[in-house]
Amino acid sequence: MTNKINMVQAVNQALINEMELDDRVIVYGEDVGLEGGVFRATVDLQQKFGKERSFDTPLAESAIVGTAIGMAINGLKPVVELQFMGFSYPAFNQIISHVSRMRNRSRGRFTLPMVIRAPYGGGIRALEHHSESTEAIYAHIPGLKVVIPSTPYDAKGLLISAIRDPDPILFLEPKRIYRAFKQEIPAGDYELPIGKAKIVQEGEDITIVSWGAMVRDVQKAVEMVAKENIYPEVIDLRTISPMDRETIVESVKKTGRILIVQEAPKSFSVGSEIVSIVNEKAFLYLEAPPTKLAGFDTIFPLPRGEQYYIPSPERIAATIQEIVNY
Amino acid sequence: MKFEDYNPLEEKVFKIMDKKGKIINTDDMPNFTNDQLLYLYRTMLLSRTMDEKQLSYQRQGRMLTYAPNIGQEATQIGSAYALEKEDWIVPSFRELGAWLIHGVPLKNIFLYWYGNEWGSHMPEDVKVLPVSVPISTQLQHATGIGMANNIKKENNVVLTYTGDGGTSGGEFHEALNFAGVFKAPTIFVIQNNQYAISVPRIEQTASKTLAQKAIAYGIPGIQVDGNDIFAMYVATKEAADRARRGEGPTLIEAITYRLAAHTTSDDPTKYREDAEVEEWKTRDPILRFKTYLENKGILTKEWDEKMKKEVENEITSTFEEIEGKADTKIEEIFMYHYETMPPILEEQLKEYKDFLEGGKNNDK
Repeated sequence: MTNKINMVQAVNQALINEMELDDRVIVYGEDVGLEGGVFRATVDLQQKFGKERSFDTPLAESAIVGTAIGMAINGLKPVVELQFMGFSYPAFNQIISHVSRMRNRSRGRFTLPMVIRAPYGGGIRALEHHSESTEAIYAHIPGLKVVIPSTPYDAKGLLISAIRDPDPILFLEPKRIYRAFKQEIPAGDYELPIGKAKIVQEGEDITIVSWGAMVRDVQKAVEMVAKENIYPEVIDLRTISPMDRETIVESVKKTGRILIVQEAPKSFSVGSEIVSIVNEKAFLYLEAPPTKLAGFDTIFPLPRGEQYYIPSPERIAATIQEIVNY
Repeated sequence: MKFEDYNPLEEKVFKIMDKKGKIINTDDMPNFTNDQLLYLYRTMLLSRTMDEKQLSYQRQGRMLTYAPNIGQEATQIGSAYALEKEDWIVPSFRELGAWLIHGVPLKNIFLYWYGNEWGSHMPEDVKVLPVSVPISTQLQHATGIGMANNIKKENNVVLTYTGDGGTSGGEFHEALNFAGVFKAPTIFVIQNNQYAISVPRIEQTASKTLAQKAIAYGIPGIQVDGNDIFAMYVATKEAADRARRGEGPTLIEAITYRLAAHTTSDDPTKYREDAEVEEWKTRDPILRFKTYLENKGILTKEWDEKMKKEVENEITSTFEEIEGKADTKIEEIFMYHYETMPPILEEQLKEYKDFLEGGKNNDK
């Protein structure tokens, strides 16, 4: 039987897979139950598993996360949805003050096997607060893991792993590619490792690190520069934090060049951290300055301006050429 | 007692014993054995003496910042005593009496205030969460624990605490609203000790009472004399019984008074009158309970003296166990962030240890 599905369906399959295997997995959030989520990621869960295991909550992100802490302490494995990353900030206090700290605070007595899912990123012509990409804020928090898939295959495998992980995970789903393409993926159970990056494409001339929806744009750019006989190595970070530094550093030692492509604002970002890692660990191998191609340090524009913001495959291709010809 | 008989909008306060230790509400008086009464009294003494010792250690430079509970013993001990062993307590930070009743070892409490995370590593059978410093954020955890009980069809309940200032933040609202919607078996006790550091209760909210906030969430709310150990016990027991019957959460406003400072870093003479403090001293919850026990012939002077020595020895010897012996090992700072230490933490730990071992340069 074929299982050619998009990323939203892959998320849904992962949730069903885990709810079938483990009674402790509980899925809730705003519009998550009856409606199946505004993006339909939780569709059919309530019908399959009942209202006690998949349900709607009042409209309050802090309590969605705050109650999940209590549930996890009391033996359940909550997987909560925040409707958009731009609405995660009311829950920020719970995340930075408790989710990330409970294990350390109690020296391992209380742990939080929980997942906070949130669609993130721009490019869907949405209202304000529906397009942002603030993963760096969360990656900065000790005790939290931040995971971002870039394909339906990764979304399913990483989400299954995240739900089984003993630590709390912020799972950010690039909504621009929720339905952008389908992929034939295993219908059954599989895990992908948290904390490991994936070399999407091997190459010799430059290392490109990206994650989420940008990976696809990077791949388009890589096809463009192939015509100029430039062969980049493409790394999909998959886990933002804790970051797989080794894969990045080993690649840069081979290529001598690195470009980070992200849609988040350029300064104080995940890309900034990668530049820092490369400077520390591969300085003598560098043949060009480590470079970030990113969103501007501006507020994400409303739809009539968003075409300027996210780096396009053309801009990525041009930047690759600049670095290779440095 | 019935919650309906105590409408918080009418400021009708539930009481059993007056400030002179006289039982003024015999209908609701709980049936305790003499052993139970003396155990409660001993725990009050332990709590009070612990506070006094910690304050004195702090002044001697042997302890760090400390938040005393003096004056609030009945609120905490009366409410926590209404729980069963398998019930949960989700504290704020000023709940010494509740910790002692629910089985948190004295050593843990000392370790916490001594500045070591192992203080919050509760024994496996003690269902008490660690101190939560950000005000009222813990109430949502209590709601979530209760929601999980409902899902798991478990019959235990959750008791959580905040202060009068804690009712002003949004997380208080969200926790109570969720608890109401999901019928969480959670009991919210507001320790209304009249001040949030320096800001008086009257400046926190235009609500006449804090208990009346329950009305907005569709749950019972009641004002209780927080310095009356019997009233606190009975109200909490009733709330726990309701919760076990599947009737959901309750909000209890315990009217009490913080006789000491907010913490050792605070000078309460700057924001409240001595006369006010003196007046509240006449309502001291321990004094009142002691008078009751003496009048009943349950507590003798000899037993009281013996107990005071006993709790003091317990406190002193526990402090001696940890004083100067509870420094954190460098590895412990790194080990408990994730189940498995990620490479970045391994590396940072190694770099620091290398530095300690004689200035070896980092190899990159």
